[in-house]
Amino acid sequence: MTIHVQVQFFARFRETLGIESENLEGSFATVDAVRQYLLQRGGVWEVLSEQSIMCARNQELCSLSEPVEPGDEVAFFPTVTGG
Amino acid sequence: MAIRVQATAFDPGAEVNAMHDANVGVGAVVSFVGYVRDFNDGREVSGMFLEHYPGMTEKALGKIVDEAQQRWPLLKVEVLHRVGALEPAEPIVFVGVASAHRQAAFEACDFVMDYLKTRAPFWKKETTSEGPRWVEGRESDHKAADRWK
Repeated sequence: MTIHVQVQFFARFRETLGIESENLEGSFATVDAVRQYLLQRGGVWEVLSEQSIMCARNQELCSLSEPVEPGDEVAFFPTVTGG
Repeated sequence: MAIRVQATAFDPGAEVNAMHDANVGVGAVVSFVGYVRDFNDGREVSGMFLEHYPGMTEKALGKIVDEAQQRWPLLKVEVLHRVGALEPAEPIVFVGVASAHRQAAFEACDFVMDYLKTRAPFWKKETTSEGPRWVEGRESDHKAADRWK
């Protein structure tokens, strides 16, 4: 089933990719499926293959195996460094 | 509980004093203040920019405070975090915890900082003597957070 998700990128990922967010249409079952779709673009998108990548679904931290639903907001970012 | 994410400076002393809040049941207030240093990982640091994830930041901090309140009997918790441009010596973060007795306040303050460091969506970018750089996450922060599992 084709669904729509909004993907956001932060910090070093945002800078490397040159965009803050993107609307995607595709057949995504999980957050990782969204990531794999982006990774296929190659080039700068390789940044999303970093082991320490963190992700969120609808503004809550999640694992890459988290299921996604139509209209979800998915975010990818490097390890957080606040405090 | 109060969560504030703001681009303007704050006074840590005033924040500590406000923790008592005229509540005569408060017997202990523990606070943590994090500051911008002028040196990090071998380079001089002349400034910092703090990026965050608006919306998620407040939710993540609220969740951390909720969890602290479930674990310890707390009377008040306050988390204040700066975003945007900061200079060395400026306070970045304030965590204040009030309780009847000191042990809960000490532990809860430590817990909130450990979880904030590893779960709240903030990212530091330093202006250094050799150009700008993103601060990398530290393994020691994750080990510290794992203590509370």
